[in-house]
Amino acid sequence: MTTAFNIVVCGSLVPDPLQTLEPIQGPTGPALKNEMMLPSVLDPWAGHALFEAANLAKHHPGTKVYLVSLGPKAKLQQLMMTIAQKVPFEFVCLDGPASGFLDSREVAKALASAIEKIPGLDKTKLLVFGGYSSASRDAGTTMQMIAEQLGISDVFLGADELKVQPDGSFRIMERIEGGQYQISSCAGAPIVIGWATGNLPEPPNNPQVGMANMRTIMPALQKAQPAALKTDGIQYASVQLPQQQRQTKIVKDTPVEEIAKEIVAWIRS
Amino acid sequence: MEKILYLAHTQQDGTLPKVALETLSAAIQITKDLSGSTMMVGLIGQNIQPAADAIAASGASKILGVSGADFAQSRYGSDVKAAEAIANAAGATLIIAPATSRFSRALPGVAFRLKAVIDTHISGIQTTGGTLQIQRWYYRQRMIATLSRTARPWMLLVDSGVFPVWQGAKGTAKVEAVSVALSEKEQRTRVTGVEAPSADAQTIRPDAALLFVAGAGWTKKQPDGQTHSKEAETLILGLLHKAKASLGSSKSLVDQGAEGEAVLSFISHLNQVGQTGATPRHPKGLATCCHGEEPHVVGWRFINERRAVNLDANCGWAQGKADVLYVADAFQVMKKVNELLDKS
Ligand SMILES: Cc1cc2nc3c(=O)[nH]c(=O)nc-3n(C[C@H](O)[C@H](O)[C@H](O)COP(=O)(O)OP(=O)(O)OC[C@H]3O[C@@H](n4cnc5c(N)ncnc54)[C@H](O)[C@@H]3O)c2cc1C
Repeated sequence: MTTAFNIVVCGSLVPDPLQTLEPIQGPTGPALKNEMMLPSVLDPWAGHALFEAANLAKHHPGTKVYLVSLGPKAKLQQLMMTIAQKVPFEFVCLDGPASGFLDSREVAKALASAIEKIPGLDKTKLLVFGGYSSASRDAGTTMQMIAEQLGISDVFLGADELKVQPDGSFRIMERIEGGQYQISSCAGAPIVIGWATGNLPEPPNNPQVGMANMRTIMPALQKAQPAALKTDGIQYASVQLPQQQRQTKIVKDTPVEEIAKEIVAWIRS
Repeated sequence: MEKILYLAHTQQDGTLPKVALETLSAAIQITKDLSGSTMMVGLIGQNIQPAADAIAASGASKILGVSGADFAQSRYGSDVKAAEAIANAAGATLIIAPATSRFSRALPGVAFRLKAVIDTHISGIQTTGGTLQIQRWYYRQRMIATLSRTARPWMLLVDSGVFPVWQGAKGTAKVEAVSVALSEKEQRTRVTGVEAPSADAQTIRPDAALLFVAGAGWTKKQPDGQTHSKEAETLILGLLHKAKASLGSSKSLVDQGAEGEAVLSFISHLNQVGQTGATPRHPKGLATCCHGEEPHVVGWRFINERRAVNLDANCGWAQGKADVLYVADAFQVMKKVNELLDKS
């Protein structure tokens, strides 16, 4: 039996990890210096969720994949230039901040109501995907709050694998303590999954997919509604860069023997 | 003045996990620091009496519990319902819980139901002038914030390794049962098992004294123009075995596996350290054939002593990211290290 799903992936942008970040005090709380100018990437774990969704769609004909993103419209447009070529999806854009300093409850509210408004979405076939946690707030709380608002009672976090069984049920592997996996069986849709890395490589760019996606991306960007998010829930006393700089001792032109001895002594100390 | 609820779940064997006992220390400390506050305990699990007895001397004014076979395992639907029922029975303003995988999954949903606010991955708690403040990292360990909230209830999920393990005498505790009935919808998921990684090397072991990190250099062409993956495997496994070290990896090395290149057979994404991987807490870390780029090194935030072996004197580790950088060939160095470890 093959089932067609409606998969909604929640994911937005985060600053490129190679960029140096500096916190500043913005008008509504902490922010990043030059935030609008920083190059950004699709939030990595949400990216894996998107690739998993596309892979599932490939094997379950009739499945539709939506990508719902909350972020500054102009930056999302830039991000789409790279993401759109990866896998087919329909884009839903919410214009608002992508800052890690926002409260996840506000973000979850905005995302859940955007999901509710997707025309023709079949909630009995609904799989809501997102990342294990974001690379900005890194809280791991948004997906559960979306589940609560959508009335979905099966939630999985840190998943690396979802297999649709012949009877239509799901077998899910979630990361737990000690590098182990918990295996669960769930009766079927609707479910919510916060994905870890999964097992799929990043798909190569496909210009044809990009062209097809652009047909929904441009209108979605044009009609993106500003998302009203409250920013007064958290009182930040300080945001600082960690004092991580170490005085590195560089050992050069030293016989291998000596280096090995030093390392062994250190391991044992 | 807060009504504090310390919430925990038992493990399969009925005991509390270590991080739960650490978090109990945090809850007791907060109760002391915020004068006039009281602490209650809430426990979830199949049979919670042994765990309640183990913390009978914690000073809790009351112990509430949800127990039974339905609550033996980590499942979102039943965990949310149980924690919600306990929180309601306690009428707590602050809920303090350990960041286990089970609670990390369930408690954000509970927070939503209780109209509570929640913070996770808490790495520090302090009270300043009667105000409770927490510390947590943002942008994947790239900046640290101190914050507080006025909204209540406020849920706090505390990370492991932040507080000392609570120690106290066993006793006989009275548990007030909170009854929770599950609907059919809350039982659509069944836990069918737990899978351990197939080999010791395939995961980061938190209890090891040394984290040995392998980078993509191990599989790259060496000065002789050849790759030496087999030799690399032998050297790395030898070190892991002899030094009882835990294996970490860079993303580049992990990704080679996913892309089907000839690589080290035992590396999986569970080994990955860094921004999109793990942030382990070993006391010592040794990086080899790894460049020490920022997205990797943010995962080293909690590793105290750091050393690296790299051919490149200008690699990332040289830029204040390691205590010692040995500019040398890791193949030669690790061969010698293994020999020395063998001898003694
Ligand atoms: C969104 C995003 C997220 C990322 N997340 C992560 C993450 O979580 N973790 C992570 O690790 N990376 C992450 N990265 C990738 C990161 O930027 C680097 O590309 C990666 O860490 C490089 O891995 P490496 O140092 O092993 O490989 P390389 O950069 O290829 O370095 C290999 C090193 O090996 C050395 N070498 C070669 N042969 C020898 C020898 N015989 N002896 C000694 N040294 C030798 C070389 O000098 C070189 O320094 C991320 C990147 C992005 C864009």
